[in-house]
Amino acid sequence: MSWTPICDFDKLLPERGVCALVDGRQVAVFRTFDGTLHALDNLDPFSGAYVLSRGIVGTRKGEPTVASPLHKQVFSLVSGVCLDEKDVSVPVYPVRVADGYVEVSV
Amino acid sequence: MSRIVVVGYGPTAHRLVETLTSKGFDGRITVIGEEPRPAYDRVALTSYLSGTTAEDLTYDVPAGTVTRLSTRVTGIDREARLVTLSDGGTEAYDVLVLATGSAPFVPPVPGAEHAFVYRTLEDLDAIRVAAKDAVEGVVVGGGLLGLEAADALRALGLKAHIVEMSPWLMPRQVDEGGGAVLKQHIEGLGLGVHAGAGVKEIVADENGQVIGLRKPDETLLDAQVVVFSAGIRPRDELARSSGLEVGERGGIVVDSAMLTSDPAIYAVGECALAGGMIYGLVGPCNTMAEVAADRIMGGSATFDGADMSTKLKLLGVEVAQFGSMTGALDVTYMDPVSGVYKKLFISDDAQTLLGGICVGDASPYTQLRPFVGKALPASPSDLLFSGAGANLDLPDEAQVCSCNNVCAGDIRTAIADKGCTDVPGLKACTRAGTTCGSCVPMLKQLLEKSGVEVSKALCEHFTYSRAELFDIVRVRNITTFSQLISEHGQGRGCDICKPVVASILASLHNGHVLEGERVTLQDTNDHFLANMQKNGTYSVVPRIPGGEITPEKLIVIGEVARDFGLYTKITGGQRIDLFGARVDQLPEIWRRLVEAGFESGHAYGKALRTVKSCVGSTWCRYGVQDSVGLAIALELRYRGLRSPHKLKSAVSGCARECAEARSKDFGIIATEKGWNLYVAGNGGFKPRHADLLAGDLSTEELIRTIDRFLMFYIRTADRLQRTATWLEALDGGLDYLREVIMEDSLGICADLDAQMEYHTATYADEWAATLDDPEKLSRFVSFVNAPGLPDPSIVFEQERGQIKPVMVR
Ligand SMILES: Cc1cc2nc3c(=O)[nH]c(=O)nc-3n(C[C@H](O)[C@H](O)[C@H](O)COP(=O)(O)OP(=O)(O)OC[C@H]3O[C@@H](n4cnc5c(N)ncnc54)[C@H](O)[C@@H]3O)c2cc1C
Ligand code: SF4
Repeated sequence: MSWTPICDFDKLLPERGVCALVDGRQVAVFRTFDGTLHALDNLDPFSGAYVLSRGIVGTRKGEPTVASPLHKQVFSLVSGVCLDEKDVSVPVYPVRVADGYVEVSV
Repeated sequence: MSRIVVVGYGPTAHRLVETLTSKGFDGRITVIGEEPRPAYDRVALTSYLSGTTAEDLTYDVPAGTVTRLSTRVTGIDREARLVTLSDGGTEAYDVLVLATGSAPFVPPVPGAEHAFVYRTLEDLDAIRVAAKDAVEGVVVGGGLLGLEAADALRALGLKAHIVEMSPWLMPRQVDEGGGAVLKQHIEGLGLGVHAGAGVKEIVADENGQVIGLRKPDETLLDAQVVVFSAGIRPRDELARSSGLEVGERGGIVVDSAMLTSDPAIYAVGECALAGGMIYGLVGPCNTMAEVAADRIMGGSATFDGADMSTKLKLLGVEVAQFGSMTGALDVTYMDPVSGVYKKLFISDDAQTLLGGICVGDASPYTQLRPFVGKALPASPSDLLFSGAGANLDLPDEAQVCSCNNVCAGDIRTAIADKGCTDVPGLKACTRAGTTCGSCVPMLKQLLEKSGVEVSKALCEHFTYSRAELFDIVRVRNITTFSQLISEHGQGRGCDICKPVVASILASLHNGHVLEGERVTLQDTNDHFLANMQKNGTYSVVPRIPGGEITPEKLIVIGEVARDFGLYTKITGGQRIDLFGARVDQLPEIWRRLVEAGFESGHAYGKALRTVKSCVGSTWCRYGVQDSVGLAIALELRYRGLRSPHKLKSAVSGCARECAEARSKDFGIIATEKGWNLYVAGNGGFKPRHADLLAGDLSTEELIRTIDRFLMFYIRTADRLQRTATWLEALDGGLDYLREVIMEDSLGICADLDAQMEYHTATYADEWAATLDDPEKLSRFVSFVNAPGLPDPSIVFEQERGQIKPVMVR
């Protein structure tokens, strides 16, 4: 597995996302309230726009989520499954912190 | 195809035609009316004096209906089945409906020709003109309409007197004890009450100018305006002259199908004598119209009398009467200090409620009217003294809305089977509450009890409504989302509650929306201070207050659009929208705009969008005030004000209303004397004309009133509730709103004013502040690991010489 560093961990705001371009792929990286990181594909499958990194981060029944900023469908940050329409999902990617740096693998 | 001719175009005729049309009647309908306009809301006639226009009051003519206005029917040829008209023409019918209403009764006293009556818009025009040079006015007749007319004279600036034959006011609604309490209220407001007094003569000088009213005891009441409101007489002259049966004391005799003695002729409304009664209230008149419409379409509906209960609020005093005004037993509650009088009439076995009278507190009317003729739901003293009426279960057949004849059962069906969950829904579905509104509290109660638990919880994280959260944040002085959710919620929030809390925090503690934790709460658009479009790009709408812009600034907008390759479009709010900006371009675009003296605008937020204006008195030959100047001042005052939903406004320079102010959340229309303020209008999916909140305000009064209106709305509305639905759901509606923000009935105005002052004092340009903050600026990149790189997924093609998004996957 190869890891690509994207930015300082401190650059990520709690409960917001950023987008990184990794091997031509747009990856949305989120930091939740407790400091856990999650990475999803940035493509919103409903609208076809690359916007998930700009959604609101929250929880649904304890599960960390992001809501698409365009039409508000909610996705699990853990599984990438859309919690409003369970047969739609977005890819999730491994993400970690190494030496204070956030790294993803696609 | 059958031809229906309707004589008279008042509210009853309107309801008839509306019912026929909505039931799919496919014949020809012709309505002939003597007045110069289609039917209008006569019940709301008095509001015409405070700024409501004739157009506002006038009902739309149902599609396909032929109208002949300013035309009187002069005769009926029953043999030939045609009516003759004042313009010499005729109109043939298969079915004729008489809806000629009634005329005010003018007692035959000397000088009566100098007096006015109070029934049509033209009557009010004449009274208004006469009142201009008058100091005192007298109304003859102390009934429901007489008091309303006296109130109107008072509003026109006159010292008003009421002369009533009976020993007390409103003898048809209240008994002697109630009359005494009522008199106390009315006199307390500065009106003269002369009960038990008649009229001998209206005295005028040699020029015909009225100087007073002489009572039978020869005393002269000084007055320059005299209005008769001494009862009504059914207009049955056509029926008489064509040989239809009329009652001994007037009125066209009809059976329970509303048919007259000629089977081709119906009579409905105030001209009809049904079961020996003339009904002078809209509720029963509407029911008659519906019965006749049903019969014309082959149905078998009947009119079996109607509830003559009344409830009104005049001069701030509630008066109500329901059911019968006598009974074997009665129980009275009287508190002369606070001016409350309540009485219930009960059968001799003390089991059945027969009726009631209320002055000063009409709550028994709302709670107990449905129980008339039924078993008493609690002991009379409990009902009157401890307010035990508040939680009663209504029987299904109990009438809830008497104006539109809707029963508790109908409401329950609408809730259970048609999925209504709120008052506006019930209004749309059943018509209940749409006329006088006095049953709205009962609708709420039925909703609450319906079992369809209407949860007010915002989302899974908060069990509170938006208004409750607002109070929690305000009272506990909470400044962060984390504090609020840990103390009063659960989990970590979502896209529903976070923007709501962001908006509440912004209203209560201004400060930058992207500062600290707040950045995590903002919805799509607030997050990047621009409007996200379908392909993930943003549009920028520079603020152009009032829609006024210099050529230099127009050129700057053009240059910015050209240099950044943006699509431009003129908006409905008198702005120019620039589309297609990538997130990394936004700061550069703002910088250019800020340098040229613009700020970007909140054209995306749940905040004040725009204040449109017409060109106003500066240029327009009709204008009476500077609408542009006011629009600019309002837009600068309220910009950045975060609210439960978007807010729109407009200012028109005269009554021609070119700025379409009445489709706005708050709209202002100039008058000769100042400004009329309209609130809770709405364009969009469910249009609603704004209601007149106050008329002829000075600029200072206007701004104070808008301040309070907005702050009260921001405090109490639900999430995503526009002002229109907020007002519809507000208990007590417009009157209540007026009491709260103009008479300070809740004692919160100082607070609302302070909050608005805080807003205006702390407003700062959010875009300029972002440009000055390197940390915030660094978030405006497409890719965190390649800050200079534009997003390759954003692609455009050309259409009509401009860019257009292409979606690539
Ligand atoms: C100031 C005021 C306040 C009121 N407030 C209330 C209230 O709060 N609650 C309530 O329930 N009721 C109220 N009413 C009463 C209510 O307005 C009437 O019940 C209602 O208007 C009756 O409607 P209608 O169509 O039967 O008669 P009308 O409104 O009188 O209409 C009849 C129409 O027929 C026309 N007409 C008559 N003869 C002819 C002819 N030969 N040819 C052509 N046209 C003809 C008349 O010009 C008139 O336009 C109020 C009335 C007034 C005046
Ligand atoms: S509303 Fe009146 S002042 Fe304004 S443009 Fe129209 S006509 Fe002129």
